[in-house]
Amino acid sequence: MLRLALLGALVVAAVGAVADIAPKDRRSGFEFMSPQTQAMQSDETSNPGMLWVADGERLWGESRGSAGKSCASCHDDAVDSMRGVAARYPAFDEETKRPIDLMSRIDQCRAKRQGAPSLTQQSDELLALTAYVAYQSRNMPIAPPDDPRLQPFRDNGRDWFNRRLGQLQLSCASCHDERWGARLGGSVIPQGHPTGYPLYRLEWQTVGSLQRRLRGCLVGVRAQPFDFGAPEFVDIELFLMERARGLPMETPAVRP
Amino acid sequence: MIRALVNVPKTARRGEIIEVRAMIQHVMETGYREGPNGVTIPRNIINRFVCKYAGEEIFSAELFPAISANPYMAFSTVATGSGTLTFEWTDDQGETQSTSAEITVT
Amino acid sequence: MKSTRPTLDEAIRSFTGGAAVREARVKFEISPLVENGNAVPVTVEVDSPMTAADHVRRIALFNEKNPQADVAVFHLGRRSGRARVATRIRLAASQTVVALAETSDGAFWSAQAKVIVTLAACIEDISQQ
Repeated sequence: MLRLALLGALVVAAVGAVADIAPKDRRSGFEFMSPQTQAMQSDETSNPGMLWVADGERLWGESRGSAGKSCASCHDDAVDSMRGVAARYPAFDEETKRPIDLMSRIDQCRAKRQGAPSLTQQSDELLALTAYVAYQSRNMPIAPPDDPRLQPFRDNGRDWFNRRLGQLQLSCASCHDERWGARLGGSVIPQGHPTGYPLYRLEWQTVGSLQRRLRGCLVGVRAQPFDFGAPEFVDIELFLMERARGLPMETPAVRP
Repeated sequence: MIRALVNVPKTARRGEIIEVRAMIQHVMETGYREGPNGVTIPRNIINRFVCKYAGEEIFSAELFPAISANPYMAFSTVATGSGTLTFEWTDDQGETQSTSAEITVT
Repeated sequence: MKSTRPTLDEAIRSFTGGAAVREARVKFEISPLVENGNAVPVTVEVDSPMTAADHVRRIALFNEKNPQADVAVFHLGRRSGRARVATRIRLAASQTVVALAETSDGAFWSAQAKVIVTLAACIEDISQQ
């Protein structure tokens, strides 16, 4: 059933031309959800992602690692110091001379400044901290930095976005540029903007990262997914954030 | 890392009906799922929830695997006086999590 | 594998002890079409004065097709002020869901709803997690 639907999408996609979504037509996945799921996200007292935000707030103030420091030891109140930060990530990392996403930056900061062991991308602790930091940008427009050093990586991300992958030979663009608004197996295809990560996905029944979602997409087109933390994912995120420029941050978003 | 969030109005007039919301982080493992190795993941759900207002039980619930992960409940109570609302969740492993909220009634 | 769960009617009877159930006074809010069966918002409100003499004691939810018929039993009382509860439930398939209320006079009231669960496309393979 799903395979047939995907093949149907492929046939239709094959005749369409690749075109970027004009800024005026950019729409968050929020707009494609049912009113019930929208309400679950909008009302913070019922948004399950707020459990991770609250946990992140607690972790922000707790000492970790050999340095005996908490995030707050250096960054004080995240409400001020982290405001708008997530809307500008991924950023250029001087150390690796590559873009780094928010989760990896937090983990890097833990290792370097706190002397704490690295956390996995899937750990609730790192998801909670990232959700708490990103929450400080809620409702702020996505504003990627104009750092020219990021451009080659962003271009690489764009290439991946437009590349046909997997047994189904679908690109991200096949669905999210050319077929958004259409139905696939009963659900509406959104434009694929990363406005609300980390987010609570009803399918997952928990909070997860953009990389987890991208891996789901890759499995969906029957492609071998990149590993968590793969540089390709950061390049794709860099492009996706540029593509979503101006849309409001929604962390913690809720998606079906 | 279980974490609970409750929402109770900070103030209310005596006799006013207030809405209380409670949400807790819990996987609510149904006991009907298989893990990647094909072995059934044992059931572990929050099976009981109790809310007390100034020590008296005002609402409770028996929950089953059909309650969503990270259970959310909203219910009402009459603001009878200033005091503490306590919330307690118990799961299949006997683990209990609790939290509280204060209300000022005028 | 043969299901051993009770039918919806059997589950209701075990809650009511066989007493008559009237389809009245219960307002059951649940979307007829849901995007994901893992978290379906529901609200049940019972028409009751919620006084010491006349109030709702229990509100229960039962389903038709999950592996287990029970969903939840909520205990209310005269201090509730309003007989209204909301939660989020799991529905494994499109099916009927029933909300039942027991009032302080020992009477039972109900409302039912049919829900169609659409499956999300591109579901993550659990082995990939």
